[in-house]
Order: sequence, then structure tokens, then C-alpha cells
Amino acid sequence: MAVEKIDYTQVKPYGDTLNDGMVQMSFTLPVPYGEEAKEAARRLALKMGLDEPSVVHAKDLGIGFTYFVVYGKCQHTVDYSSIEVVKVDVDTMSKDEVEDFIEANIKRDIVVVGACTGTDAHTVGIDAIMNMKGYDGHYGLERYKGIEAYNMGSQVPNEELVAKAIEVNADVILVSQVVTQKDVHIPNLTELVELLEAEGIRDKIVLACGGPRLSHELAKELGYDAGFGTGSYAEDVASFAVNEIVKRNLI
Amino acid sequence: MSSKLNLDIDSIKKARSAARTIAEDVQQFIDQHSTVTVERTIARLLGIDGVDDGEYPLPNVLVDHIRQNGGMAQGVAFWLGNAMVYSGKNPQEIAEAVAGGDMEITKLPPQNMEAIKTAINSIAQSTVDRIKSNREKRDDFIENVGEGKKPYLYVIVATGNIYEDAIQAQAAARQGADVIAVIRSTAQSLLDYVPYGATTEGFGGTFATQENFRVMRKALDEVGEEVGRYIRLCNYCSGLCMPEIAAMGAMERLDVMLNDALYGILFRDINMQRTLIDQYFSRIINGYAGIIINTGEDNYLTTADAVEEAHTVLASQFINEQFALKAGIPEEQMGLGHAFEMNPDLTNGFLWELAQAQMAREIFPKAPLKYMPPTKFMTGDIFKGHIQNALFNLISIWTGQGIQLLGMLTEAIHTPHLHDRALSIDNAKYIFNNCKDLGDEIVFKEDGIIQKRAHEVVTMAADLLQQIQEDGLFKTIEEGKFGGVKRSRDGGKGLEGVVKKAEGYFNPFIEMMLGEGK
Repeated sequence: MAVEKIDYTQVKPYGDTLNDGMVQMSFTLPVPYGEEAKEAARRLALKMGLDEPSVVHAKDLGIGFTYFVVYGKCQHTVDYSSIEVVKVDVDTMSKDEVEDFIEANIKRDIVVVGACTGTDAHTVGIDAIMNMKGYDGHYGLERYKGIEAYNMGSQVPNEELVAKAIEVNADVILVSQVVTQKDVHIPNLTELVELLEAEGIRDKIVLACGGPRLSHELAKELGYDAGFGTGSYAEDVASFAVNEIVKRNLI
Repeated sequence: MSSKLNLDIDSIKKARSAARTIAEDVQQFIDQHSTVTVERTIARLLGIDGVDDGEYPLPNVLVDHIRQNGGMAQGVAFWLGNAMVYSGKNPQEIAEAVAGGDMEITKLPPQNMEAIKTAINSIAQSTVDRIKSNREKRDDFIENVGEGKKPYLYVIVATGNIYEDAIQAQAAARQGADVIAVIRSTAQSLLDYVPYGATTEGFGGTFATQENFRVMRKALDEVGEEVGRYIRLCNYCSGLCMPEIAAMGAMERLDVMLNDALYGILFRDINMQRTLIDQYFSRIINGYAGIIINTGEDNYLTTADAVEEAHTVLASQFINEQFALKAGIPEEQMGLGHAFEMNPDLTNGFLWELAQAQMAREIFPKAPLKYMPPTKFMTGDIFKGHIQNALFNLISIWTGQGIQLLGMLTEAIHTPHLHDRALSIDNAKYIFNNCKDLGDEIVFKEDGIIQKRAHEVVTMAADLLQQIQEDGLFKTIEEGKFGGVKRSRDGGKGLEGVVKKAEGYFNPFIEMMLGEGK
């Protein structure tokens, strides 16, 4: 069977045939379960740009609301060939390599302060990066030779984080935002940058944030040096931080 | 139930006995002390409610006033009783007079101690009777209308708006939920007062207030009648106002309370002396009110490794059990916590989880164990998450867990959407029904992976408890043995609210609630 050549200037979703546009999705409408509800879901899918929408499942949620699973064929395409994404531009080193890098290039211990700030009580992200144990077999920064790590835990106000950074003369500040409501992480992250600027220490610090809803591009936009999404480990963060310290001559 | 794990009875006995000594050691300290929130709880149970200047609760105003005048060591019951005998006013009127600056409660002439106790005890008795009648109402409802089968399906609502929560809770009950927990607004645990009135804004949850409890209770009773099952209401009896939340819950007929002896110390950095004193009175109230407490051992595994630290969960369950017994909580109300938190990539990880869940079941046979879903290794892959939750549900029905906190496929992404909850309930209902009697049918291979794992965890827990017995609980926490979190004896929040009791101090409720047999 001849496989059709993919046109990267016009890609669309793939189900089982190139350019079939097949999309699966699920959502709830605040309408009572029934044939009218299914028709409403179908029409909504049409408006979303899906051809031949098919409501394959509808379920009564019990309070006059209905949940749907819908398939449809997406009409739109994107030009993949022209996409450029801002990424953290550093080759990740192993823990040993980071340790050697610090010894060779910075020649002193670096200080990292991390916290899960604002209203967020989920420390799973910052713990994964910082705690001795790390995550999924990747040791955290506390275990690195040449890194003095302070994990302040959850719900830390930005003021306290800045005060701690000044107290311990931090080289790096890491902020984690995991579960946030109504996008409160955006003003919260912005406030930290403003506080650091007000204290006049923003240029002396490598500032990074991380979390499932953060990308490097968003982080840069908010005034951070880097942003780390899901699937980042301590060595990714450490590699960036030590390189940045050298690059910006913060030794 | 015969042991499927061939557990070593001697190790379990040793562990339990060490835990008893550990709890007794701390209990001596607890008995000599009170705290600001314990005193505010007594004020609330004596009928003081409402706020001053639209925000600050009257129980706080009164206790602050007594504290500023150096009267904390005698306790609020003494001062209120004294003022009642002297002025003929009731506690609410006295609190209002203090708030208005019309009375200096610690400067009134001392009255006859017998008369003081009589005045206080008669009001205290009526509150205790009200709590008792709530317990009876719950029993009647369950008897006449019915309840869900264990494991109870436990879901959370967390919109920030109590009225929105009530709608979501009713929807969840219609879909099959048995327990509705209203997640508290972030950082409420660190407030040294309980907010007042119905609230419609919160962060990551909804404030626990007595009025909010009432709104939700009413909604759940309504939907319970409709679906023919008593729907249990759960909230969080933790933080700096632990016993006050217990009192409010007892008065508004909550059914389940998160109520751990150590959680606040480890995960909210609340001072350990404060929390240990607070947990005692809060548990006496919960015990008397027929409320199932849920302990928070599952949290250890979100910070520490679920394989390496499983024994700390068991050790902590033993300690929580002994503290609960001290506070008069029967085993049937001990929802000891544990969790399904191993890395899903582990070969045979499911067998280890199974071993640990069965182990908890056999060691605490009467407890409605609270089993927590995977969170740490949930990714944005909702399809995989749904399967992780299915495996978790399978273990629960297999090992007879009591309360199943349903995992959400969107864990680590957002607070649950309406349909996330429905999908999770469907997942659990399917597996609970499809595998109902699995546990009765399957035995484990002698000396196989499952039995060996359980033995190993029990042995390690027994050793740890022996060590804690030698070192004392305070030192153990200082060294970071639980959840890998270190806390100092004098560190953390709320220590300034601890006071040593003086001669003549009395708390009428301890005797009434502990003394009266269930």
C-alpha cells in the first residue's frame, strides 16, 4: 500500500487515514438528557469546525445536565513547517556532570531556594525537583554535591520566599505552581518578579518556574529565565541553572 | 476473618503495645494543658456564636480577652460560670458584654465553685443532648431510609461557593456517591479563628463555617431521601481550629471528619504541642458525635516513597489508633488512612499494593479504612489515570476497604469537573459490583510475593514503634521519621496559644462525653 506523503504545511488530525481529521472529545452541556441534548451536542461540534459530528455516547449527570463523547472530522489545518517554539536552550547533563560543572566552572556551592507559592498546597512538583529522594529515579537537588538546597514547602507567600532568598544569598529561585484555580498562578508569578525587581536582586538571580500549566514561553513572557513543564527532572533544572549562572557571570 | 497473609501476631502485639506507651506518654502532657482553640470550643459548646464587627467570632473575642487578662489557666468554663452566677446572664449575653467593653470577666468577684459548676453543667448538658440527638437522627435515617454499601464512595466538591457545592454534591449523590467532602479553602487550616456565615468565595475550596455545614447538611438530607441512601458529609477537622470544627460538625451532624493527630504538625507546620492537645478534645467530640474520623497517613506517601516508607504509614496508624482510643473513639469510627501511591512502572507493584491494603484490613479489622487514590504518579494522560484508578478500585473491593476516596482521571490538572466525578463513580461502581466477592474466593500463596511484602512492612513498623517508644514521639517528629518532614518541638505555628492548666481548671465536656457510654 502506497503511503501518501504528508504535507507539513497543511496537517490535520489523523484517525486511521491521512487527513481524515478525526477528533475525539468529551464535554457536558447544562441541558437535560434526551434526543434534544444529543442534537445540541452535535450542532455545537459543527460550530467547532467538525464535519460529520457523531455523538457516540450521552449520559445523564443527574441534575438536568448531560455528558457527551463526540467524534468529528476537523476541517482546519495548521502549517507545521513554519512553527518555532521557544525552548529551554541547554543540553541536559547528568547529576555527576552537573556536580563536575559546578566544581570546574563556578568553584563554590550554589544556593537554590524553592517553594510552592501563593495558595497552592501541592508540593509534588517542587518535591520532585528538590527533595533528596527526587522523582521516578531522578535524585533531587538536595542530594547534589555543590548545591545547597532549601525547599520551603507549600503556600509560601512571595514576600517570604524573597526574604529567604536574601537571607541565604540565593543564586537560584524555583517556583512551583501545580493546582491553581481561576488562573491565579499568573498574577502570583508576576508578583514575585515585581518583588525581586523592587528589592533590586532580579539580575543577580536565576529565576525559574515549573508546573503542568507552565511552558518556557509563558515563563519568559512573565519575566522568568525559564519554565519547566511536566516531565522535567532535577537534572534539567540544574543543568539550566548552572549554565545560566556561568553565562550571566553570576559566579 | 482468617488471615490470608499469615501475619505474625507477636509483631502486631508488640507494635500495638509500643504505640499505647507512646500515646500514654504524650497523654500526660496533653492532660496538663489547654489551648486557645480548646477554650473557644468550650465557649461555642456553651452557646456562644456570632461575630463582633461583622467578622471576628465572639468565641475569639472572649478568649482573647481572658488571655490578655491572664486568666487562660483557669479556663473559659470557670470564668463564664463565675460571670453567670454573678450577673445572671447567659454565656452569649456575657460574650456580647465583653465584646462591647461592658464587662471585664476576669475582674468579677469570685463566686461559689459549686454554683459555678452547676450553672455551666446545665448548659453543657443541653449541648451534649443536642449532639446525642443528632447521632440518633443519623441512626434513624440510616435505619429507615438506608445507606450505601462499603466501601463508601467518597468524592469531593470544591467550588468555593457553598450553594454551587450543594448542587454538585446532590448531582454526585444521584450518580452514586455516599460521602461528600467539601474541600476547605486553601490556608484555612492556618487561620486561628473559624470564619462565620455562608460563604461564596474561596481558593481551591470552600470555607468551613457552621452555616456552610448547615446548608450542605440540608442539601444532602434532601437528596438522601430522594435516592434512598443516607449521604454522609465530610469536612476537615485539622489546622489551628481543630476542636472548634469538631464542635460545629457535631452540632450540624457531619458524619466524617479528617482528624489526624500528626498531619498538621508535618504538613502544615503547626506546632506539635498545640496539635496534640487540640486533637485530643476534637476527637472526644467526634467520638461522642458518632463521626468517623479519617487519619492522614496517605499524605506521607505523597512526600516519601510508597515502597520504602510503607511501614511509617502502619506505625502512624497504630499511634492514631491509640490516641483515638484515649479520646473514646470506637474502632468502628476509626477511618485510618492509607494510599495507593506506588510508581505504576514498578514490576508487580499491584501485588505490593494489594499486600499492604490487605495488611491494613487484617490489623484493624473493624476500622472503616480510608483508602486514598493515586495522586503522585498521575499525569495529564487521563486515559492512563482512569486505569490507575481502576486498579485502585479493584484492590479496595478485594480487600474490603471502608471509605473509597475516588480517584479522578484529571488529578494534577484541575479540581474535578462535573463529569470527572461521574466517570470516577461509574468506574468504582462497575468494579465493586463486578468483583464483589473476589476477596472471599482468593487466597494468597504461602510465602509468595504478597505475604512476604506484608511481613516485611509489619516487622519494620514494629521496629520503628519500638524506637519511637524509646525516643518519645516529640523527638521522633524532630528527626523527620514521618513523611520525611522534620519539625521542632517549639517551632511551627500556634505555640503561643498553648497554656498550662491551673488548679480549678475544668472542661465539663470531657467528662460528659467520655463518661457517658456509647
